[in-house]
Amino acid sequence: MAQILIENVRKEFGSFTAVQSSSFTVEDGEFFMLLGPSGCGKTTTLRMIAGLELPTSGQIRIGGEDVSQKPASQRDIAFVFQMFALYPHMNVRQNIRYPLISQGMKRREANARVEEVARILGITDILNRPVGGLSGGDRQRIALGRAIVRDPKCFLMDEPLGALDAEFREHMSHELRALHDRMGATTIYVTHDQLEAMQMGDKIVVMNHGVVEQFGVPQQIYDWPATMFVADFIGSPPMNFLRFHASLSHGDTHVGLGDHRCEIPQTRQGANGDLVFGIRPEHIRIRTEGGYRARVTATEYLGTTQIVMLDTAHGTLKARAPSGDPVQTGTTLGLDFDPRAVTLFDAKSTRALLSAGNEEVLSHG
Amino acid sequence: MSYSVTDPSPRQKWTAGTLVILYAVITLLPLLWIIATGFKSPSDAIAYPPKVIFDPTLEGYVNLFTTRTRMSPDALSALGEPATWYDRIVRQYDMVISGPSRYGERFLNSVIIGFGSTFLSVFLGTLAAYAFSRFKVPLKDDLMFFILSTRMMPPIAVAIPIFLMFRQLGLSDTHLGMILLYTGVNLSLSVWLLKGFIDEIPVEYEEAALIDGYTRFQAFTKVVLPQAATGIASTAIFCLIFSWNEYAFAVLLTSGTAQTAPPFIPTIIGVGKDWPAVAAGATLFLVPVMVFTILLRKHLLRGITFGAVRK
Repeated sequence: MAQILIENVRKEFGSFTAVQSSSFTVEDGEFFMLLGPSGCGKTTTLRMIAGLELPTSGQIRIGGEDVSQKPASQRDIAFVFQMFALYPHMNVRQNIRYPLISQGMKRREANARVEEVARILGITDILNRPVGGLSGGDRQRIALGRAIVRDPKCFLMDEPLGALDAEFREHMSHELRALHDRMGATTIYVTHDQLEAMQMGDKIVVMNHGVVEQFGVPQQIYDWPATMFVADFIGSPPMNFLRFHASLSHGDTHVGLGDHRCEIPQTRQGANGDLVFGIRPEHIRIRTEGGYRARVTATEYLGTTQIVMLDTAHGTLKARAPSGDPVQTGTTLGLDFDPRAVTLFDAKSTRALLSAGNEEVLSHG
Repeated sequence: MSYSVTDPSPRQKWTAGTLVILYAVITLLPLLWIIATGFKSPSDAIAYPPKVIFDPTLEGYVNLFTTRTRMSPDALSALGEPATWYDRIVRQYDMVISGPSRYGERFLNSVIIGFGSTFLSVFLGTLAAYAFSRFKVPLKDDLMFFILSTRMMPPIAVAIPIFLMFRQLGLSDTHLGMILLYTGVNLSLSVWLLKGFIDEIPVEYEEAALIDGYTRFQAFTKVVLPQAATGIASTAIFCLIFSWNEYAFAVLLTSGTAQTAPPFIPTIIGVGKDWPAVAAGATLFLVPVMVFTILLRKHLLRGITFGAVRK
């Protein structure tokens, strides 16, 4: 197993830049998520780590060794494809054994390894079956088996659960995470599903338009997004944005939304002009009197909670409230924002302003 | 997967079956006629009305493979009793076998040229199709169109220039010349067909092999080729059928050492309206393509990638 270092990696396809100068580190044994919408460069980044694409510039180090310009076959990594890529002309055993044969392992030894892996994955009984006609979950397990059988430096997975039914995906994601915890293998996992990333990952990189937007542990990214994109992409419903105009200086503890004064984490930098007040739905409390005034436009019942859609002078909001709260569509009520959970953004650069809340998270990366 | 919403009724099945059999009879009748004629005697072969029931004889086959000389009855009786069954057949017509005919050689030429050019077309076609399918080839679409455009005229339209070229290059009436010519004609078909098949093979298979530690060439031979077997088999059948049956170029460019069977078979007729021998030659000539097609049939039918890829 190994640490993976990505330094200023860049990939261009002709005039199109798929990945712009990305840097991040995957620590040894980490379950690392590459998260972003489709076309954000996450798969290209993964393919560069695998050696299926060579970077235009920058460095990739696996276990301290610079592999940037090496072909995939010399990198000692395993890759799990979204469509599994099981060799259809071989049966299950042959599929799992295939990478061992390429390393010149003796057939008997290879077969023993295949048996062992099959036991871990619970697919011993289908080893002699052809791969066609197996269920998605079994094919997924075989693809995993083919990856873990040779004990590579790291696992790279490109949306490995994307081809499974929603119901089964949940089950497989637990299985995957449990497998990782048992083997402690460095894993890089590409997904566009923010929930999956939050659930499974030790660390997340959020990418957009080929740029790394933020890199950190799931909770930090959720609580203290570095950019408006991250704030919007992560969380369901996403972070609310209220647009306002103000001039702030270093050390301020309040902002004015219209004539309402909101407490915020103490600022660590000044700002001037168009700003955005970001607050997550669960950090909004509803009350009848006072507060920041908003009109209820709709409600969505979600069992234990409800999502309340609100119209305000600075934009629309979604608040998460206990479903017991009586909220009438069309009424006007007051909102309280949890002062510890507010992030301010610069509307032009879309980057978060440093504050007492997020300075620790944002200053390191 | 294809399925029918309702099962056909017995009457529909019966109608469909009858139509298929009727069509088969119509298309197979000339073939049956040729095979039957091969076993007729020369007089039965030209009898009018045609004989459907006749005494089968191997005369046609004997005549096909031998050259014969007519002898005076005196000389024949001096030879004594015929030694073999084929000697006996020939003796009926006051003749003796003077040696083998050229049919065997011509047949062998057909095999060498037909299979040689098929192998070369499929080999080069697979490599070219793989490159066109997987790599960024500059002007890819234009090149593919250019390759196709070589098929847009009947090949025989360029017969005269090719005849002159072959004469200059010393390729006339050589095996190499014919193999190159048929490969040239077949290659466009082969590249286009195979590119379609290789396009269908997900590139992830090769990438998985690359990551498993194989080189690009190993990935090609161990993963792509087995997957493309269906395509390669059907392309080979098309190529073989063309080069095997080709007549016009063969007449024009071969006359001796490299002459293939198609231009040779009609010349048999020159010797005494020997229709059974012609029919026998044609019947035997059918066999290799038929066997080849039957051997590769399972590849044509097998959907090997079915179920292995979730699309």
